[in-house]
Amino acid sequence: MVPEGLLYSKEHEWVKVDGEVATVGITDFAQEQLGDVVFVELPSKGEQVRQFASLGVVESVKAASDVYSPVSGEVAERNVDVIEKPELVNESPYQKGWLLKVRLADRGELKGLLSPGDYRAHIGETTGAAGAD
Amino acid sequence: MGQELRRTPLFDEHRALGAKIVAFAGWEMPIQYTSILEEHERVRSACGVFDLSHMGEFWFRGPGARDWVSSLTTNDVAKLEVGQAQYNLMCVESGGIVDDVIVYRTDNEEYLMVVNAANVAKDAAHVSRALPASVRFEDASPRTALVAVQGPRASVVVMAVTNLPVREESIEALPAFGVRRARVADAEAVIARTGYTGEDGFEIFVEWDRAPQVWNRLLVAGASNGVRPIGLGARDTLRLECRYMLYGNDIDETTNPIEAGLSWVVKLDKGEFRGRPAIAAMKERGPSRKLVGLVVQGGVARHGHEVTMEGAVVGNVTSGTFGPTVRKNIALAYVPTGLAAIGTAVCVRIRGKDVPATAGKTPFYKRSG
Repeated sequence: MVPEGLLYSKEHEWVKVDGEVATVGITDFAQEQLGDVVFVELPSKGEQVRQFASLGVVESVKAASDVYSPVSGEVAERNVDVIEKPELVNESPYQKGWLLKVRLADRGELKGLLSPGDYRAHIGETTGAAGAD
Repeated sequence: MGQELRRTPLFDEHRALGAKIVAFAGWEMPIQYTSILEEHERVRSACGVFDLSHMGEFWFRGPGARDWVSSLTTNDVAKLEVGQAQYNLMCVESGGIVDDVIVYRTDNEEYLMVVNAANVAKDAAHVSRALPASVRFEDASPRTALVAVQGPRASVVVMAVTNLPVREESIEALPAFGVRRARVADAEAVIARTGYTGEDGFEIFVEWDRAPQVWNRLLVAGASNGVRPIGLGARDTLRLECRYMLYGNDIDETTNPIEAGLSWVVKLDKGEFRGRPAIAAMKERGPSRKLVGLVVQGGVARHGHEVTMEGAVVGNVTSGTFGPTVRKNIALAYVPTGLAAIGTAVCVRIRGKDVPATAGKTPFYKRSG
């Protein structure tokens, strides 16, 4: 599931731009690969995140995975629901399972992200390369 | 390692069931079919079947079998009657743990030892070193499949596919740690009431080619009891909640039974056995470190994480996970004996941050009744 209207990173994060603020989360593909998410670590309001640098960690039962910020800017809000109920990342990766709202530092960075079509092609490739069959 | 991964006789079944397959101890094994949390809960509340065909099976037969197995292990093998099994350890002369195993007495002069998959070659060398002429040793791992059925409904499910020679007998009467021969799904089997989940359950050993019929009959017969296949992911969370050791993580040749909290498996008064003098000396002086259970407050501890106190590294985590039944982040860690008391506050260094943790009572989970 790769919804229209969002931008994507190769590291499987999505971003929804609304004026100066971008909402960030991980994709359905990413949560599927991770399995059951049991812990989420996020920066606090006011902290700075940098594009393609780690913004936090999502841990499944088996392993911890870095989440890379698709954009740079100041954290305007973090999703406290997802800290209390990490399973929201699995159940609703694009809605209730969002992670951060970031005040965009540089809209030009958005050009470095993938369209839904490009992201679909990207995960098609990833799946193929992993040799699922 | 560059070695080709091996497949169990149930590999095609796992694929057809949609399992995620991973490399484990040289095998391609199912880590999960749907979700680790769901599978974990399934075993606690109903029943699950596991493919454990990667594990190793050693047979010791002959007039010297009992004494030989006893000389290789720390627990009192001579105490086993025919039809009984026990948890046991094999150690090297230094007292380090070669493997943790289950020893089953299947006949007067016949013992089965089940060993960890990663250790089969090493263990085979260990047990056949200076093998006496009165013992025949067979590594039956390549021809032996193992299917475990675990959970509160396991006996109902296993009963439905098992035939015993006497009609009035029932597999339900097999006591915990009991073992016997039976026909399971029309295959000759050794069946034991043992497991690694903390629930009631059975482990069923059959010839390699018979595994698919046993597996499939269990899934069909168990459907009305909610049986599902369970992967290695949930096997790990289930065992860790019960403080069962995972060889290679919690114990290995650099750890000894005393510090691992396995003194109860060491019977120093049973006579000589490999590692005995070293272990006796350790017991005498007391261990400098101990394996403790930790409950971690903010984050999941993992194998290799450091345990700290006031910023100084004092120990290391050997296993860690979110415990689905206990709903806590739990871990096992070696810490200095002085910090091993229940309630001691320490930290686990997770990604550079010292996260608070408390030494807690183990097992973290114990089934009621």
